[in-house]
Amino acid sequence: MTANDLFIALPELFILGMACLIMLIDLYLPDNRRGIISFFSVMTLLFAGIMVMRWQVADAASVQYAFNGTFVRDSMADVLKLFCFIVLAAVFIYAKHYLRTFNLFRGEYYVLSLFLLLGAMVLISAASLLTVYLGLELISLSSYALVALDRDSRRGSEAAMKYFVLGSLASGLLLYGLSMIYGVTGSLSLANIAETTAVASGNITLIFGLVFVVIGIAFKLGAVPFHMWVPDVYHGAPAAVTMLIGSVPKLAAFAMAIRLLDNGLIPLQGQWMGMLTVLAALSIIIGNLVAIAQTNLKRMLAYSTISHMGFMLLGILSGTAQGYSAAMFYAISYAIMSTGAFAVLIMLSRAGIEAENLDDYKGLNQRNPLLAAIMLMLMFSMAGIPVFVGFFAKWLVIQATLDAGLLWLAVLAVVFSVIGAFYYLRVVKLMYFDEPESEEKVTAPADFRFVLTINGVAQLLLGIFANALIALCIASF
Amino acid sequence: MSAYFTELTLAHFLTLGAILFSLSVAGIFLNRKNVIILLMAIELMLLAVNMNFVAFSRFHGNADGQVFVFFILTVAAAEAAIGLAILVVLFRNRNTINVAELDDLKG
Repeated sequence: MTANDLFIALPELFILGMACLIMLIDLYLPDNRRGIISFFSVMTLLFAGIMVMRWQVADAASVQYAFNGTFVRDSMADVLKLFCFIVLAAVFIYAKHYLRTFNLFRGEYYVLSLFLLLGAMVLISAASLLTVYLGLELISLSSYALVALDRDSRRGSEAAMKYFVLGSLASGLLLYGLSMIYGVTGSLSLANIAETTAVASGNITLIFGLVFVVIGIAFKLGAVPFHMWVPDVYHGAPAAVTMLIGSVPKLAAFAMAIRLLDNGLIPLQGQWMGMLTVLAALSIIIGNLVAIAQTNLKRMLAYSTISHMGFMLLGILSGTAQGYSAAMFYAISYAIMSTGAFAVLIMLSRAGIEAENLDDYKGLNQRNPLLAAIMLMLMFSMAGIPVFVGFFAKWLVIQATLDAGLLWLAVLAVVFSVIGAFYYLRVVKLMYFDEPESEEKVTAPADFRFVLTINGVAQLLLGIFANALIALCIASF
Repeated sequence: MSAYFTELTLAHFLTLGAILFSLSVAGIFLNRKNVIILLMAIELMLLAVNMNFVAFSRFHGNADGQVFVFFILTVAAAEAAIGLAILVVLFRNRNTINVAELDDLKG
Protein backbone atom coordinates (compact mmCIF):
# COMPACT_ATOMS: atom_id res chain seq x y z
CA MET A 1 0.00 0.00 0.00
CA THR A 2 1.45 3.35 -1.05
CA ALA A 3 0.41 6.94 -0.45
CA ASN A 4 -0.92 7.02 -3.99
CA ASP A 5 -3.32 4.16 -3.17
CA LEU A 6 -4.77 6.19 -0.32
CA PHE A 7 -4.99 9.21 -2.57
CA ILE A 8 -7.05 7.29 -5.17
CA ALA A 9 -9.46 6.09 -2.48
CA LEU A 10 -9.62 9.50 -0.79
CA PRO A 11 -13.40 10.03 -1.20
CA GLU A 12 -14.10 6.61 0.36
CA LEU A 13 -11.72 7.24 3.25
CA PHE A 14 -13.30 10.65 3.81
CA ILE A 15 -16.84 9.16 3.94
CA LEU A 16 -15.61 6.46 6.35
CA GLY A 17 -13.96 9.03 8.62
CA MET A 18 -17.00 11.32 8.61
CA ALA A 19 -19.42 8.45 9.29
CA CYS A 20 -17.41 7.52 12.39
CA LEU A 21 -17.13 11.17 13.45
CA ILE A 22 -20.88 11.76 13.04
CA MET A 23 -21.58 8.63 15.10
CA LEU A 24 -19.40 10.08 17.90
CA ILE A 25 -20.89 13.59 17.71
CA ASP A 26 -24.38 12.10 17.87
CA LEU A 27 -23.57 10.56 21.26
CA TYR A 28 -22.95 13.94 22.87
CA LEU A 29 -25.78 15.91 21.25
CA PRO A 30 -28.91 16.84 23.18
CA ASP A 31 -32.11 15.91 21.33
CA ASN A 32 -33.00 19.48 20.37
CA ARG A 33 -29.66 20.01 18.56
CA ARG A 34 -29.95 16.89 16.40
CA GLY A 35 -30.43 18.98 13.23
CA ILE A 36 -26.63 19.44 13.16
CA ILE A 37 -26.22 15.76 12.25
CA SER A 38 -28.29 16.23 9.11
CA PHE A 39 -26.30 19.36 8.20
CA PHE A 40 -22.95 17.58 8.73
CA SER A 41 -24.07 14.64 6.60
CA VAL A 42 -25.04 16.86 3.67
CA MET A 43 -21.73 18.76 4.00
CA THR A 44 -19.85 15.43 3.99
CA LEU A 45 -21.49 14.58 0.68
CA LEU A 46 -20.62 18.02 -0.71
CA PHE A 47 -16.92 17.71 0.13
CA ALA A 48 -16.75 14.10 -1.10
CA GLY A 49 -18.36 15.36 -4.32
CA ILE A 50 -15.63 18.00 -4.69
CA MET A 51 -12.95 15.30 -4.25
CA VAL A 52 -14.49 13.14 -6.97
CA MET A 53 -15.02 16.14 -9.26
CA ARG A 54 -11.30 16.90 -9.08
CA TRP A 55 -10.57 13.51 -10.74
CA GLN A 56 -13.36 13.86 -13.26
CA VAL A 57 -12.03 17.25 -14.39
CA ALA A 58 -8.30 16.47 -14.14
CA ASP A 59 -8.06 13.10 -15.87
CA ALA A 60 -11.42 11.76 -16.92
CA ALA A 61 -10.05 9.26 -19.42
CA SER A 62 -7.41 7.63 -17.22
CA VAL A 63 -7.96 4.41 -15.27
CA GLN A 64 -6.11 4.09 -11.98
CA TYR A 65 -5.75 0.94 -9.88
CA ALA A 66 -5.03 0.86 -6.15
CA PHE A 67 -4.48 -1.68 -3.37
CA ASN A 68 -2.84 -4.37 -5.54
CA GLY A 69 -5.44 -4.08 -8.27
CA THR A 70 -8.51 -4.58 -6.06
CA PHE A 71 -9.80 -1.01 -6.41
CA VAL A 72 -10.25 0.97 -9.60
CA ARG A 73 -11.02 4.60 -10.35
CA ASP A 74 -12.36 5.28 -13.82
CA SER A 75 -14.82 7.61 -15.46
CA MET A 76 -17.85 5.37 -14.81
CA ALA A 77 -16.96 5.20 -11.11
CA ASP A 78 -16.63 9.00 -10.88
CA VAL A 79 -19.95 9.74 -12.57
CA LEU A 80 -21.89 7.12 -10.58
CA LYS A 81 -20.38 8.30 -7.28
CA LEU A 82 -21.27 11.91 -8.07
CA PHE A 83 -24.89 10.96 -8.70
CA CYS A 84 -24.90 8.86 -5.51
CA PHE A 85 -23.88 12.00 -3.58
CA ILE A 86 -26.49 14.21 -5.28
CA VAL A 87 -29.34 11.75 -4.75
CA LEU A 88 -28.32 10.97 -1.16
CA ALA A 89 -28.09 14.68 -0.30
CA ALA A 90 -31.70 15.09 -1.48
CA VAL A 91 -32.70 11.96 0.48
CA PHE A 92 -31.11 13.41 3.65
CA ILE A 93 -33.04 16.66 3.32
CA TYR A 94 -36.35 14.85 2.72
CA ALA A 95 -35.64 12.35 5.49
CA LYS A 96 -35.10 15.04 8.13
CA HIS A 97 -38.74 16.15 7.81
CA TYR A 98 -40.01 12.55 7.81
CA LEU A 99 -37.95 11.46 10.83
CA ARG A 100 -39.10 14.55 12.79
CA THR A 101 -42.78 13.93 11.93
CA PHE A 102 -42.58 10.26 12.92
CA ASN A 103 -40.48 10.84 16.02
CA LEU A 104 -37.58 8.75 14.69
CA PHE A 105 -35.04 11.56 14.46
CA ARG A 106 -31.89 9.86 15.70
CA GLY A 107 -28.33 9.82 14.40
CA GLU A 108 -28.50 6.15 13.33
CA TYR A 109 -30.32 6.94 10.09
CA TYR A 110 -27.53 9.21 8.90
CA VAL A 111 -24.64 7.02 10.10
CA LEU A 112 -26.11 3.86 8.52
CA SER A 113 -26.88 5.76 5.30
CA LEU A 114 -23.28 6.96 5.10
CA PHE A 115 -22.02 3.39 5.61
CA LEU A 116 -24.43 2.25 2.91
CA LEU A 117 -22.97 4.95 0.66
CA LEU A 118 -19.45 3.73 1.49
CA GLY A 119 -20.46 0.20 0.48
CA ALA A 120 -21.95 1.53 -2.75
CA MET A 121 -18.73 3.43 -3.53
CA VAL A 122 -16.56 0.36 -2.88
CA LEU A 123 -18.83 -1.73 -5.11
CA ILE A 124 -18.78 0.92 -7.86
CA SER A 125 -14.96 0.95 -7.74
CA ALA A 126 -14.53 -2.81 -7.39
CA ALA A 127 -11.81 -4.46 -9.49
CA SER A 128 -11.71 -7.81 -7.68
CA LEU A 129 -14.27 -10.38 -6.52
CA LEU A 130 -13.29 -9.53 -2.94
CA THR A 131 -14.17 -5.84 -3.25
CA VAL A 132 -17.43 -6.71 -5.05
CA TYR A 133 -18.44 -8.92 -2.12
CA LEU A 134 -17.37 -6.51 0.63
CA GLY A 135 -19.09 -3.52 -0.99
CA LEU A 136 -22.25 -5.51 -1.54
CA GLU A 137 -22.36 -6.76 2.05
CA LEU A 138 -21.78 -3.28 3.47
CA ILE A 139 -24.79 -2.05 1.48
CA SER A 140 -26.91 -5.05 2.52
CA LEU A 141 -26.07 -5.02 6.23
CA SER A 142 -26.72 -1.27 6.49
CA SER A 143 -30.04 -1.57 4.71
CA TYR A 144 -31.26 -4.52 6.86
CA ALA A 145 -30.68 -2.39 9.95
CA LEU A 146 -32.31 0.67 8.34
CA VAL A 147 -35.50 -1.23 7.46
CA ALA A 148 -35.88 -2.08 11.16
CA LEU A 149 -35.23 1.56 12.14
CA ASP A 150 -38.73 1.98 13.60
CA ARG A 151 -38.30 -0.49 16.45
CA ASP A 152 -41.95 -0.52 17.48
CA SER A 153 -43.40 -1.18 14.04
CA ARG A 154 -44.86 -4.65 13.42
CA ARG A 155 -44.63 -4.20 9.67
CA GLY A 156 -41.10 -2.80 9.83
CA SER A 157 -39.68 -5.74 11.76
CA GLU A 158 -41.42 -8.27 9.50
CA ALA A 159 -40.05 -6.51 6.40
CA ALA A 160 -36.56 -6.40 7.94
CA MET A 161 -36.60 -10.14 8.66
CA LYS A 162 -37.81 -11.03 5.16
CA TYR A 163 -35.23 -8.72 3.63
CA PHE A 164 -32.48 -10.17 5.80
CA VAL A 165 -33.25 -13.81 4.95
CA LEU A 166 -33.71 -13.27 1.21
CA GLY A 167 -30.78 -10.84 0.98
CA SER A 168 -28.45 -13.27 2.76
CA LEU A 169 -29.67 -16.08 0.51
CA ALA A 170 -28.81 -13.91 -2.51
CA SER A 171 -25.34 -13.14 -1.10
CA GLY A 172 -24.80 -16.86 -0.52
CA LEU A 173 -25.82 -17.76 -4.07
CA LEU A 174 -23.57 -15.02 -5.48
CA LEU A 175 -20.65 -16.21 -3.35
CA TYR A 176 -21.12 -19.79 -4.51
CA GLY A 177 -20.90 -18.52 -8.09
CA LEU A 178 -17.81 -16.46 -7.27
CA SER A 179 -16.12 -19.53 -5.74
CA MET A 180 -16.73 -21.47 -8.99
CA ILE A 181 -15.27 -18.65 -11.06
CA TYR A 182 -12.25 -18.50 -8.75
CA GLY A 183 -11.94 -22.27 -9.09
CA VAL A 184 -11.74 -22.13 -12.88
CA THR A 185 -9.57 -19.03 -13.24
CA GLY A 186 -7.44 -19.23 -10.08
CA SER A 187 -7.65 -15.47 -9.60
CA LEU A 188 -9.87 -12.96 -7.82
CA SER A 189 -8.93 -10.01 -10.04
CA LEU A 190 -11.65 -9.19 -12.58
CA ALA A 191 -9.08 -8.25 -15.24
CA ASN A 192 -7.29 -11.61 -14.88
CA ILE A 193 -10.63 -13.43 -14.91
CA ALA A 194 -11.52 -11.77 -18.23
CA GLU A 195 -8.20 -12.91 -19.72
CA THR A 196 -8.54 -16.50 -18.50
CA THR A 197 -12.20 -16.93 -19.43
CA ALA A 198 -11.44 -15.74 -22.97
CA VAL A 199 -9.64 -19.04 -23.59
CA ALA A 200 -11.87 -21.24 -21.43
CA SER A 201 -15.31 -19.83 -22.30
CA GLY A 202 -16.88 -23.24 -22.91
CA ASN A 203 -15.94 -24.59 -19.47
CA ILE A 204 -19.04 -26.07 -17.82
CA THR A 205 -17.95 -25.11 -14.27
CA LEU A 206 -17.57 -21.54 -15.44
CA ILE A 207 -21.11 -21.48 -16.88
CA PHE A 208 -22.34 -23.01 -13.61
CA GLY A 209 -20.66 -20.18 -11.68
CA LEU A 210 -22.06 -17.62 -14.12
CA VAL A 211 -25.64 -18.81 -13.49
CA PHE A 212 -25.21 -18.24 -9.73
CA VAL A 213 -23.64 -14.82 -10.31
CA VAL A 214 -26.54 -13.75 -12.55
CA ILE A 215 -29.05 -14.97 -9.93
CA GLY A 216 -27.20 -12.94 -7.28
CA ILE A 217 -27.29 -9.81 -9.43
CA ALA A 218 -30.99 -10.35 -10.25
CA PHE A 219 -31.80 -10.66 -6.53
CA LYS A 220 -30.04 -7.42 -5.72
CA LEU A 221 -31.69 -5.58 -8.63
CA GLY A 222 -35.07 -7.08 -7.76
CA ALA A 223 -35.66 -8.62 -11.20
CA VAL A 224 -38.41 -11.25 -11.67
CA PRO A 225 -38.38 -14.13 -10.61
CA PHE A 226 -36.11 -12.97 -7.76
CA HIS A 227 -38.28 -9.98 -6.82
CA MET A 228 -40.28 -11.37 -3.85
CA TRP A 229 -38.58 -9.14 -1.30
CA VAL A 230 -39.10 -5.83 -3.15
CA PRO A 231 -42.83 -5.15 -2.48
CA ASP A 232 -42.68 -6.28 1.16
CA VAL A 233 -39.59 -4.22 1.94
CA TYR A 234 -40.89 -1.13 0.12
CA HIS A 235 -44.21 -1.45 1.95
CA GLY A 236 -42.95 -2.35 5.43
CA ALA A 237 -39.98 0.01 5.77
CA PRO A 238 -40.42 3.63 6.91
CA ALA A 239 -40.86 5.85 3.80
CA ALA A 240 -37.52 7.61 4.38
CA VAL A 241 -35.76 4.23 4.27
CA THR A 242 -37.74 3.03 1.24
CA MET A 243 -36.67 6.21 -0.53
CA LEU A 244 -33.03 5.45 0.31
CA ILE A 245 -33.26 1.80 -0.82
CA GLY A 246 -34.75 2.93 -4.13
CA SER A 247 -31.91 5.34 -4.88
CA VAL A 248 -28.22 4.70 -4.09
CA PRO A 249 -28.35 0.84 -4.01
CA LYS A 250 -29.90 0.83 -7.51
CA LEU A 251 -26.93 2.77 -8.90
CA ALA A 252 -24.60 0.38 -7.05
CA ALA A 253 -26.43 -2.69 -8.38
CA PHE A 254 -26.01 -1.35 -11.92
CA ALA A 255 -22.27 -0.93 -11.25
CA MET A 256 -22.11 -4.47 -9.84
CA ALA A 257 -23.66 -5.88 -13.02
CA ILE A 258 -21.16 -3.96 -15.18
CA ARG A 259 -18.14 -4.90 -13.06
CA LEU A 260 -18.95 -8.61 -12.88
CA LEU A 261 -20.54 -9.24 -16.27
CA ASP A 262 -18.56 -6.79 -18.42
CA ASN A 263 -15.19 -6.27 -16.71
CA GLY A 264 -14.92 -9.89 -15.52
CA LEU A 265 -17.03 -12.19 -17.67
CA ILE A 266 -17.32 -10.41 -21.03
CA PRO A 267 -16.04 -13.53 -22.89
CA LEU A 268 -19.24 -15.25 -21.72
CA GLN A 269 -21.46 -12.49 -23.12
CA GLY A 270 -23.20 -14.99 -25.40
CA GLN A 271 -24.33 -16.95 -22.34
CA TRP A 272 -25.38 -14.16 -19.99
CA MET A 273 -27.19 -12.26 -22.70
CA GLY A 274 -29.77 -15.05 -22.87
CA MET A 275 -30.25 -15.12 -19.09
CA LEU A 276 -30.64 -11.33 -18.85
CA THR A 277 -33.14 -11.39 -21.75
CA VAL A 278 -35.42 -13.71 -19.77
CA LEU A 279 -35.01 -11.65 -16.57
CA ALA A 280 -35.70 -8.37 -18.39
CA ALA A 281 -38.78 -9.67 -20.24
CA LEU A 282 -40.32 -11.22 -17.09
CA SER A 283 -39.60 -8.11 -14.98
CA ILE A 284 -41.22 -5.78 -17.51
CA ILE A 285 -44.32 -8.01 -17.84
CA ILE A 286 -44.90 -8.93 -14.18
CA GLY A 287 -43.83 -5.54 -12.78
CA ASN A 288 -46.25 -3.55 -14.95
CA LEU A 289 -49.20 -5.96 -14.70
CA VAL A 290 -49.12 -6.41 -10.91
CA ALA A 291 -48.60 -2.68 -10.29
CA ILE A 292 -52.03 -2.03 -11.88
CA ALA A 293 -53.71 -4.08 -9.13
CA GLN A 294 -52.14 -2.12 -6.25
CA THR A 295 -54.07 0.39 -4.15
CA ASN A 296 -51.08 1.18 -1.95
CA LEU A 297 -48.70 3.72 -3.48
CA LYS A 298 -45.60 2.20 -1.82
CA ARG A 299 -46.41 -1.25 -3.24
CA MET A 300 -47.26 0.28 -6.61
CA LEU A 301 -43.87 2.03 -6.70
CA ALA A 302 -42.23 -1.27 -5.68
CA TYR A 303 -43.70 -3.09 -8.68
CA SER A 304 -42.84 -0.11 -10.86
CA THR A 305 -39.22 -0.47 -9.62
CA ILE A 306 -39.26 -4.09 -10.75
CA SER A 307 -40.36 -3.09 -14.25
CA HIS A 308 -37.81 -0.24 -14.36
CA MET A 309 -35.02 -2.67 -13.43
CA GLY A 310 -36.21 -4.84 -16.32
CA PHE A 311 -35.83 -1.87 -18.66
CA MET A 312 -32.35 -1.20 -17.29
CA LEU A 313 -31.36 -4.83 -17.98
CA LEU A 314 -32.36 -4.27 -21.63
CA GLY A 315 -29.41 -1.88 -21.91
CA ILE A 316 -26.92 -4.17 -20.15
CA LEU A 317 -27.77 -7.35 -22.05
CA SER A 318 -26.55 -6.03 -25.42
CA GLY A 319 -22.98 -6.09 -24.08
CA THR A 320 -21.96 -2.97 -26.04
CA ALA A 321 -20.65 0.36 -24.78
CA GLN A 322 -23.73 2.04 -26.23
CA GLY A 323 -26.04 -0.31 -24.32
CA TYR A 324 -24.15 0.20 -21.04
CA SER A 325 -24.36 3.98 -21.35
CA ALA A 326 -28.12 3.69 -22.03
CA ALA A 327 -28.51 1.51 -18.91
CA MET A 328 -26.44 3.95 -16.87
CA PHE A 329 -28.62 6.85 -18.05
CA TYR A 330 -31.66 4.76 -17.06
CA ALA A 331 -30.29 3.98 -13.60
CA ILE A 332 -29.42 7.62 -12.88
CA SER A 333 -32.73 9.03 -14.09
CA TYR A 334 -34.66 6.31 -12.24
CA ALA A 335 -32.85 7.10 -8.97
CA ILE A 336 -33.82 10.78 -9.31
CA MET A 337 -37.47 9.98 -10.23
CA SER A 338 -38.09 7.52 -7.42
CA THR A 339 -36.51 9.81 -4.80
CA GLY A 340 -38.90 12.56 -5.88
CA ALA A 341 -41.95 10.29 -5.79
CA PHE A 342 -41.22 9.16 -2.23
CA ALA A 343 -40.58 12.78 -1.21
CA VAL A 344 -44.14 13.65 -2.32
CA LEU A 345 -45.41 10.71 -0.25
CA ILE A 346 -43.46 12.01 2.76
CA MET A 347 -44.77 15.55 2.33
CA LEU A 348 -48.38 14.30 2.35
CA SER A 349 -47.80 12.18 5.46
CA ARG A 350 -49.03 13.40 8.85
CA ALA A 351 -47.72 12.41 12.27
CA GLY A 352 -47.95 8.63 12.54
CA ILE A 353 -49.77 8.08 9.23
CA GLU A 354 -47.96 7.67 5.92
CA ALA A 355 -49.88 8.83 2.85
CA GLU A 356 -49.53 5.43 1.22
CA ASN A 357 -53.07 4.85 -0.06
CA LEU A 358 -53.92 6.09 -3.51
CA ASP A 359 -57.07 7.74 -2.05
CA ASP A 360 -54.82 10.12 -0.09
CA TYR A 361 -53.89 11.73 -3.42
CA LYS A 362 -57.46 12.61 -4.38
CA GLY A 363 -57.85 16.29 -5.22
CA LEU A 364 -54.26 17.13 -4.36
CA ASN A 365 -54.40 19.92 -6.94
CA GLN A 366 -56.94 21.79 -4.79
CA ARG A 367 -54.93 21.32 -1.61
CA ASN A 368 -51.48 22.18 -2.97
CA PRO A 369 -51.19 22.93 -6.72
CA LEU A 370 -47.37 23.06 -6.74
CA LEU A 371 -47.05 19.63 -5.11
CA ALA A 372 -49.60 18.20 -7.56
CA ALA A 373 -47.63 19.66 -10.47
CA ILE A 374 -44.38 18.10 -9.18
CA MET A 375 -46.06 14.70 -8.77
CA LEU A 376 -47.49 15.10 -12.29
CA MET A 377 -44.00 15.63 -13.72
CA LEU A 378 -42.59 12.65 -11.76
CA MET A 379 -45.41 10.34 -12.89
CA PHE A 380 -45.15 11.48 -16.54
CA SER A 381 -41.41 10.89 -16.37
CA MET A 382 -41.85 7.38 -14.91
CA ALA A 383 -44.45 6.57 -17.56
CA GLY A 384 -42.00 7.68 -20.24
CA ILE A 385 -44.01 10.53 -21.77
CA PRO A 386 -41.93 12.61 -24.24
CA VAL A 387 -39.84 15.63 -23.17
CA PHE A 388 -39.54 14.17 -19.66
CA VAL A 389 -36.25 12.43 -18.79
CA GLY A 390 -37.93 9.01 -18.42
CA PHE A 391 -38.83 9.06 -22.10
CA PHE A 392 -35.23 9.42 -23.22
CA ALA A 393 -34.14 6.72 -20.77
CA LYS A 394 -36.65 4.26 -22.26
CA TRP A 395 -35.86 5.35 -25.80
CA LEU A 396 -32.11 4.73 -25.36
CA VAL A 397 -32.47 1.24 -23.86
CA ILE A 398 -35.03 0.20 -26.50
CA GLN A 399 -32.67 1.43 -29.21
CA ALA A 400 -29.88 -0.65 -27.65
CA THR A 401 -32.19 -3.69 -27.71
CA LEU A 402 -32.90 -3.13 -31.40
CA ASP A 403 -29.19 -2.82 -32.15
CA ALA A 404 -28.69 -6.16 -30.37
CA GLY A 405 -31.15 -7.67 -32.87
CA LEU A 406 -33.92 -8.44 -30.36
CA LEU A 407 -36.91 -6.95 -32.17
CA TRP A 408 -39.48 -8.97 -30.19
CA LEU A 409 -38.06 -7.73 -26.89
CA ALA A 410 -38.17 -4.11 -28.06
CA VAL A 411 -41.83 -4.51 -29.12
CA LEU A 412 -42.64 -6.13 -25.76
CA ALA A 413 -40.95 -3.25 -23.91
CA VAL A 414 -42.95 -0.65 -25.85
CA VAL A 415 -46.28 -2.47 -25.38
CA PHE A 416 -45.76 -2.88 -21.64
CA SER A 417 -44.59 0.69 -21.13
CA VAL A 418 -47.95 1.74 -22.63
CA ILE A 419 -49.76 -0.65 -20.26
CA GLY A 420 -47.63 0.70 -17.40
CA ALA A 421 -48.61 4.29 -18.22
CA PHE A 422 -52.12 3.40 -16.98
CA TYR A 423 -51.24 3.24 -13.30
CA TYR A 424 -49.03 6.33 -13.39
CA LEU A 425 -51.79 8.31 -15.11
CA ARG A 426 -54.33 7.02 -12.57
CA VAL A 427 -52.41 8.94 -9.89
CA VAL A 428 -52.58 12.06 -12.08
CA LYS A 429 -56.32 11.56 -12.58
CA LEU A 430 -56.88 11.22 -8.82
CA MET A 431 -54.93 14.41 -8.15
CA TYR A 432 -56.61 16.59 -10.75
CA PHE A 433 -60.14 15.27 -11.34
CA ASP A 434 -61.30 13.90 -7.97
CA GLU A 435 -62.59 15.78 -4.95
CA PRO A 436 -60.23 15.88 -1.95
CA GLU A 437 -61.22 13.79 1.07
CA SER A 438 -59.53 16.15 3.51
CA GLU A 439 -59.08 19.92 3.44
CA GLU A 440 -55.95 19.81 5.59
CA LYS A 441 -53.09 22.03 4.43
CA VAL A 442 -50.06 20.16 3.04
CA THR A 443 -46.87 21.78 4.20
CA ALA A 444 -43.19 21.09 4.82
CA PRO A 445 -40.06 23.05 5.81
CA ALA A 446 -38.61 25.48 3.26
CA ASP A 447 -35.50 23.39 2.42
CA PHE A 448 -37.72 20.36 1.75
CA ARG A 449 -39.99 22.30 -0.62
CA PHE A 450 -36.99 23.90 -2.35
CA VAL A 451 -35.23 20.57 -3.06
CA LEU A 452 -38.49 18.89 -4.07
CA THR A 453 -39.24 21.66 -6.58
CA ILE A 454 -35.77 21.25 -8.09
CA ASN A 455 -36.31 17.47 -8.16
CA GLY A 456 -39.61 17.85 -10.05
CA VAL A 457 -38.36 20.47 -12.49
CA ALA A 458 -35.23 18.35 -13.08
CA GLN A 459 -37.48 15.75 -14.76
CA LEU A 460 -38.32 18.35 -17.37
CA LEU A 461 -34.89 19.99 -17.64
CA LEU A 462 -32.96 16.70 -17.81
CA GLY A 463 -35.39 15.71 -20.57
CA ILE A 464 -34.96 18.92 -22.59
CA PHE A 465 -31.19 19.00 -22.07
CA ALA A 466 -30.80 15.21 -22.07
CA ASN A 467 -27.77 15.43 -24.37
CA ALA A 468 -25.47 16.61 -21.58
CA LEU A 469 -26.25 13.64 -19.33
CA ILE A 470 -26.21 11.23 -22.29
CA ALA A 471 -22.76 12.53 -23.28
CA LEU A 472 -21.54 12.01 -19.71
CA CYS A 473 -22.80 8.40 -19.75
CA ILE A 474 -21.30 7.66 -23.18
CA ALA A 475 -17.92 9.08 -22.06
CA SER A 476 -17.94 6.60 -19.16
CA PHE A 477 -17.47 3.51 -21.35
CA MET B 1 -11.22 -50.63 -4.93
CA SER B 2 -10.85 -47.72 -7.37
CA ALA B 3 -8.73 -44.66 -6.65
CA TYR B 4 -11.92 -42.68 -6.09
CA PHE B 5 -12.40 -44.29 -2.71
CA THR B 6 -8.78 -44.37 -1.57
CA GLU B 7 -7.56 -40.78 -1.98
CA LEU B 8 -9.14 -37.39 -1.48
CA THR B 9 -9.33 -35.23 -4.61
CA LEU B 10 -10.70 -31.77 -5.35
CA ALA B 11 -13.95 -33.40 -6.47
CA HIS B 12 -14.59 -34.80 -2.98
CA PHE B 13 -14.33 -31.38 -1.37
CA LEU B 14 -16.51 -29.78 -4.03
CA THR B 15 -19.13 -32.52 -3.58
CA LEU B 16 -19.16 -31.91 0.17
CA GLY B 17 -19.48 -28.15 -0.47
CA ALA B 18 -22.36 -28.77 -2.89
CA ILE B 19 -24.16 -31.06 -0.41
CA LEU B 20 -23.84 -28.50 2.41
CA PHE B 21 -24.99 -25.75 0.07
CA SER B 22 -28.04 -27.73 -1.08
CA LEU B 23 -28.91 -28.55 2.53
CA SER B 24 -28.87 -24.89 3.48
CA VAL B 25 -31.00 -23.81 0.49
CA ALA B 26 -33.47 -26.59 1.29
CA GLY B 27 -33.43 -25.44 4.92
CA ILE B 28 -34.42 -21.91 3.90
CA PHE B 29 -37.23 -22.96 1.56
CA LEU B 30 -38.70 -25.95 3.39
CA ASN B 31 -38.66 -24.57 6.93
CA ARG B 32 -42.04 -23.03 7.83
CA LYS B 33 -41.58 -23.00 11.59
CA ASN B 34 -38.72 -21.21 13.23
CA VAL B 35 -36.78 -18.13 12.11
CA ILE B 36 -33.69 -19.26 14.05
CA ILE B 37 -33.41 -22.27 11.74
CA LEU B 38 -33.31 -19.82 8.81
CA LEU B 39 -30.36 -18.03 10.43
CA MET B 40 -28.58 -21.38 10.91
CA ALA B 41 -29.20 -22.29 7.26
CA ILE B 42 -27.69 -18.97 6.15
CA GLU B 43 -24.55 -19.61 8.21
CA LEU B 44 -24.28 -23.12 6.76
CA MET B 45 -24.50 -21.69 3.26
CA LEU B 46 -21.55 -19.36 3.88
CA LEU B 47 -19.52 -22.24 5.35
CA ALA B 48 -20.26 -24.37 2.27
CA VAL B 49 -18.85 -21.58 0.11
CA ASN B 50 -15.78 -21.40 2.38
CA MET B 51 -15.21 -25.12 1.79
CA ASN B 52 -15.16 -24.46 -1.96
CA PHE B 53 -12.77 -21.54 -1.65
CA VAL B 54 -10.30 -23.43 0.53
CA ALA B 55 -10.38 -26.49 -1.75
CA PHE B 56 -9.81 -24.38 -4.88
CA SER B 57 -7.12 -22.37 -3.13
CA ARG B 58 -5.22 -25.59 -2.31
CA PHE B 59 -5.80 -26.89 -5.84
CA HIS B 60 -4.39 -23.74 -7.49
CA GLY B 61 -1.62 -23.34 -4.92
CA ASN B 62 -2.37 -19.63 -4.36
CA ALA B 63 -3.57 -18.04 -1.14
CA ASP B 64 -6.22 -15.71 -2.64
CA GLY B 65 -9.06 -18.09 -1.86
CA GLN B 66 -8.00 -18.50 1.76
CA VAL B 67 -7.84 -14.72 2.21
CA PHE B 68 -11.39 -14.53 0.81
CA VAL B 69 -12.47 -17.07 3.43
CA PHE B 70 -11.25 -14.81 6.24
CA PHE B 71 -13.36 -11.98 4.88
CA ILE B 72 -16.41 -14.24 4.52
CA LEU B 73 -16.04 -15.40 8.13
CA THR B 74 -15.87 -11.80 9.35
CA VAL B 75 -18.88 -10.72 7.32
CA ALA B 76 -20.78 -13.82 8.50
CA ALA B 77 -20.21 -12.73 12.10
CA ALA B 78 -21.57 -9.24 11.36
CA GLU B 79 -24.49 -10.75 9.48
CA ALA B 80 -25.36 -13.06 12.38
CA ALA B 81 -25.26 -10.09 14.77
CA ILE B 82 -27.67 -8.06 12.63
CA GLY B 83 -29.90 -11.08 12.01
CA LEU B 84 -30.24 -11.83 15.71
CA ALA B 85 -30.86 -8.14 16.48
CA ILE B 86 -33.71 -8.11 13.95
CA LEU B 87 -34.99 -11.35 15.48
CA VAL B 88 -35.16 -9.71 18.93
CA VAL B 89 -37.08 -6.73 17.50
CA LEU B 90 -39.40 -9.11 15.67
CA PHE B 91 -40.15 -11.10 18.80
CA ARG B 92 -40.77 -7.99 20.90
CA ASN B 93 -43.27 -6.66 18.36
CA ARG B 94 -45.12 -9.85 17.48
CA ASN B 95 -44.49 -12.31 20.34
CA THR B 96 -43.72 -15.04 17.81
CA ILE B 97 -40.85 -16.12 15.60
CA ASN B 98 -42.93 -18.52 13.55
CA VAL B 99 -42.18 -18.09 9.84
CA ALA B 100 -45.77 -18.90 8.82
CA GLU B 101 -47.12 -16.05 10.96
CA LEU B 102 -45.04 -13.38 9.19
CA ASP B 103 -47.91 -12.51 6.86
CA ASP B 104 -48.88 -8.87 7.50
CA LEU B 105 -47.32 -7.77 4.25
CA LYS B 106 -48.75 -9.19 1.06
CA GLY B 107 -50.39 -8.22 -2.21
